[in-house]
Amino acid sequence: MKIIKPLSLSLALAFATPLHAEIDIQPVTTDQGFTAWLSEERSIPFVAIELIFPGGANLDPDGAEGAVALMIDLLSEGAGELDAQDYAAALESLAGGVSFSAGRDSVSLTIRALTENRDAVVDLARLALMEPRFDEGSLARARAQQLSSLERAARNPNTIASRAFNEMAYDGHPYARATDGTSETVADLTREDITAAHQTALTRDRVLVGAAGDISADELGVILDRLLAELPEATTPLPDYADFTAPPGVTVIPHDGPQSVIAFGHAGLPRDDDDFMAAFLMNEIFGGGRFGTRLMTELRETRGLTYGVGTSLASAAHGDSFQGRLSTENARVGEVVQLLRDEWEWLASGSITEEDLARIKTYLTGAYPLRFEGNGSIASILASMQFQGFDIDYVNIRNDLVRDVTLEDIHRVSERVIQPDALHFVIVGQPQGLD
Amino acid sequence: MGLLIRLVPAIALVLALALPAAARAPQQFTLDNGLELVVIEDRRAPVVTQMIWYRVGAADEPAGLSGIAHYLEHLMFKATETMEQGEFSATVEAQGGRDNAFTSWDYTAYHQRVAADRLELMMQMEADRMVNLRLDRSDWLPERAVILEERGQVLESRPEAVFNEQMRAALFQNHPYGIPIIGWRHEMELLDDVIAEDFYRIHYAPNNAVLVIAGDVDADHALELAQRHYGPIPANADLPPRTRPQEPPHHAERRLTLRDARVGQPYVNRMYLAPNRRSGDQREAAAFQVLAGLLGGSAQTSVLERRLTYDEGVSLSAWAGYMGTSLDHGVFSLGVMPAPGVDMQEAEDALDRVLAEFIENGVDMDQLERVRMQLRAALIYEQDSATARARTIGAALTTGLTLDDSEGWIDILQDITPDEILAAARQLDRRASVTGWLMGEE
Repeated sequence: MKIIKPLSLSLALAFATPLHAEIDIQPVTTDQGFTAWLSEERSIPFVAIELIFPGGANLDPDGAEGAVALMIDLLSEGAGELDAQDYAAALESLAGGVSFSAGRDSVSLTIRALTENRDAVVDLARLALMEPRFDEGSLARARAQQLSSLERAARNPNTIASRAFNEMAYDGHPYARATDGTSETVADLTREDITAAHQTALTRDRVLVGAAGDISADELGVILDRLLAELPEATTPLPDYADFTAPPGVTVIPHDGPQSVIAFGHAGLPRDDDDFMAAFLMNEIFGGGRFGTRLMTELRETRGLTYGVGTSLASAAHGDSFQGRLSTENARVGEVVQLLRDEWEWLASGSITEEDLARIKTYLTGAYPLRFEGNGSIASILASMQFQGFDIDYVNIRNDLVRDVTLEDIHRVSERVIQPDALHFVIVGQPQGLD
Repeated sequence: MGLLIRLVPAIALVLALALPAAARAPQQFTLDNGLELVVIEDRRAPVVTQMIWYRVGAADEPAGLSGIAHYLEHLMFKATETMEQGEFSATVEAQGGRDNAFTSWDYTAYHQRVAADRLELMMQMEADRMVNLRLDRSDWLPERAVILEERGQVLESRPEAVFNEQMRAALFQNHPYGIPIIGWRHEMELLDDVIAEDFYRIHYAPNNAVLVIAGDVDADHALELAQRHYGPIPANADLPPRTRPQEPPHHAERRLTLRDARVGQPYVNRMYLAPNRRSGDQREAAAFQVLAGLLGGSAQTSVLERRLTYDEGVSLSAWAGYMGTSLDHGVFSLGVMPAPGVDMQEAEDALDRVLAEFIENGVDMDQLERVRMQLRAALIYEQDSATARARTIGAALTTGLTLDDSEGWIDILQDITPDEILAAARQLDRRASVTGWLMGEE
C-alpha cells in the first residue's frame, strides 16, 4: 500500500488568492418612481423578484392583532375570476412561483418566472396583490387554521416564553404584541378587518425590491410599474423606535413538564450603530448558536446542562435587544441562571482573545458567500439589504468589514453593551434553586 | 457529523436534465491516472462546490455483505494518515462551509460547498482520504452501531420505507437493485473494518472516480489544482469490471400487501421494470420520462390527478414516476391513494382503467406542450444551483452516460413524439411488475 504524502494544510493560504466573483448590483428607478436593486445575469433564462413591504404586523390596529398575517394567507386563496385551485393550476402550468409571507416588521412577495412566461406570471402576481377575493369560505377556513395554530402555540413553553419576554421588553410598543394575534382577536376578525389590512400593509410608498436573473433594468421597471402603480398610499404610520423596558430580575411562569425554558436578555444595539459589526462578532464568539461558542462549551459540553444554547443581537427595524434562550431540567434552573450571570460577567470583562477573534473571522468570511445560492436568494438578500438600511455595495465589502474588526473593538463593545446587572430572565416551567 | 443519506429515491419525478445553449458548457478533462474532472463555471457569487463521485455503490457489493458501500461512506469521515477522525468535517465547518455524502446503488459521492478561496484546502483533504484512510486508527465499531440505528430510524420505523424495500426486493429477481442501499440488518451486523478496508482498496482510486467542481472557479485553475492534489495518486491497475447479474425475462406478476398499525393513509403502488438511459441511445428512456410527466408530473394538471382526484374523486392523490439514470435497469412506478370510502381494489382498478384510456385516447397535445415546458423549467431552475448541476452530471457519469448524453437529455425530452410516448405506455407489462398495497391493521 502506497501512502501519498499530502501537501501541508497551510498550503491553501500560500497561493495568491485569484480574483473571485463580485455580485454586480445596479440601482433601478422606474417611470413611476419605484426603486429596486438588480443583479442582472442573463445566462439562465429566469428571474427572481423579491418585494418587501415594511410595516407588517406592526400595522395591525389594537384589537385586530393577527389581521395582516391572516390577510397574507388569503392572498393565495384565489383572485379575480380564479378560485384557489384555478389560481394554483394557472401558476403551475406556467412553471412560475408567486408566494406571500408575513412577519412582525414586513410582508413579502416572492416571484419566480421563466423568461418565456414572465409577463403571464407577473399578471398572476398582480391579480393576487390587487384583486384578492377574500371569500367568506376561505376566510373561515384560514381563520380556523390560525386559531388552531395559536392554540398549539399557547401550550408551547417556547412560545409562552417569547411572548412574555416581548411583553416585558417592549411595553406599550407593537413589539409587545403577537404577530399572529391572539385567540380573542383572531376569532373576531371580519372581512372588513382583512380588507383594511390589505389597504394598510401593501402600499406603493413602502416597498423595497430586489431582483436577480435574466432581466434588464428597463424590463424590470416596466414590470414593477405594472405590478405596483395602483397600490394605495400609506396612511398608517410605522411605529417609533422602542425603548427596552424589562427591569432586571426573574419572572416565573408555571408550566408542567420536566424542563424549564429560559428566555433572557437586556437592551442591545440599533443596527445602524457604528459598533454593530463588532457586536455581531462578539455575539458569534459568545453565543452564536453553534458548537464551539463560549456558551455551548460551558453549558453543554463541560456541564451537560442543556442540549443547546444561543444568544442573538436582535436588532430589528423598530427596537433591539441582546437576548438568549435555552431549556434545562427544572432542578438545575438555579445553577443555570447563576452560570449565565457569570458568563455575562466573563464577556463584560473583556475575556475574548485574539485567537477567538481569528477563528470567528475565518468562519464568518467563509460562510457568507454560501448565502448567495442562486437568483432567488440573491434577490431576497438585495431586498433585505435595503430593508436593513445597508449601502448598495455592502455585500461586496461585508467580509472586509468583518476582517477589519479588532480585539479592541470587541472589548469596547462588550463593555458598552453587556450589562450583567440588567439581565431579565423569563422562566417557563417548574424551576428550582432560584434565590 | 450529520451525514445525509438519500436511501430511497423520491417517488416524484426526478428530472435529470442538461443545459440550454445560454449557460456556459461544462468542461471535461482526464488526468493521467484516469481521474475524470468536470468543471462547471458559475461566476455569480464567490462560492464553489467540490463533489467526488466513485463508480461504486450498493449494487457492487459482494454477496452477503449488503450495506458495505454505505458503511464505508460513513467511515470516510474517520482518521487518515494526516487527519484525526472527525477532523474533515470539523475543518469544513471552521471554514464556514458545509459537507455531506450520499450512497446509491450505482455511486457514492462526497461533497463540500465553501467560499471560493478555500477550494484548494477541500481538494487537498478529499484527495487525502481517497488513499490514506486509516481504519486501524478509527472507531469503526461504534459507527456500525450508527448505521444500524440509521436503518432503524429512517427505514424500519417508517412503514412506507419498509414497503418500498419489499417492493424492490420483489421486483428485481436477480439484480442487486433489489437489495436495500443501507443493507439488510442481519448482513450489516457482520460488517467490520477488514471488509470495509478491502472494499475501499478495490474501489476507491482515481481511475474509478469523477471529480466535479462547480462554481466560481476558472477551469484551467481547477485542472491545475486537481493535478496538484489528485494527480500523484496512482491508478488501481486491478480495478474490476463493473458487471452485475442482470434481470432475466419476467413471466409472472407479483403482488404483496404490507399491514402496519402506523399507516395513516393506505395506498397502492406499482413498479414496472423499465429501460434505463443508455449512452447514445436515450430516446426510449426519454419517452418513459415524458410519460411519467404526463401521467403524474403535476399535482394539479396531470392525467391521473385530474381524472382520479378531481373528476372522479376516487383518490386523494395519484402519481407516476420514472427512475432511469441507472447503470443496468430503470423503474417506472404508478400509484394511487384512495379517497375515504374507496377500497384498495377499486382504486387500483381505476388506476389501470385511466392508464388504458390514456393509451386508447392518445396524447393531448396541449398537455404535452405543458409537460415539455415543465421539463424545460425544471432544467432552467436546476441550472440556478451549481451544486444541482454537479449532481446531475456526476450521476450521469457514474451510470454509464457521457457528458454529451447528460447535456443532450433535455433536447431529446423536448423531441419525444406522442407515438413514442404511447409505445412506452404499451410496454408497461404487468408480468414485469409488482403491485403493493400498504394498509393499516385490519
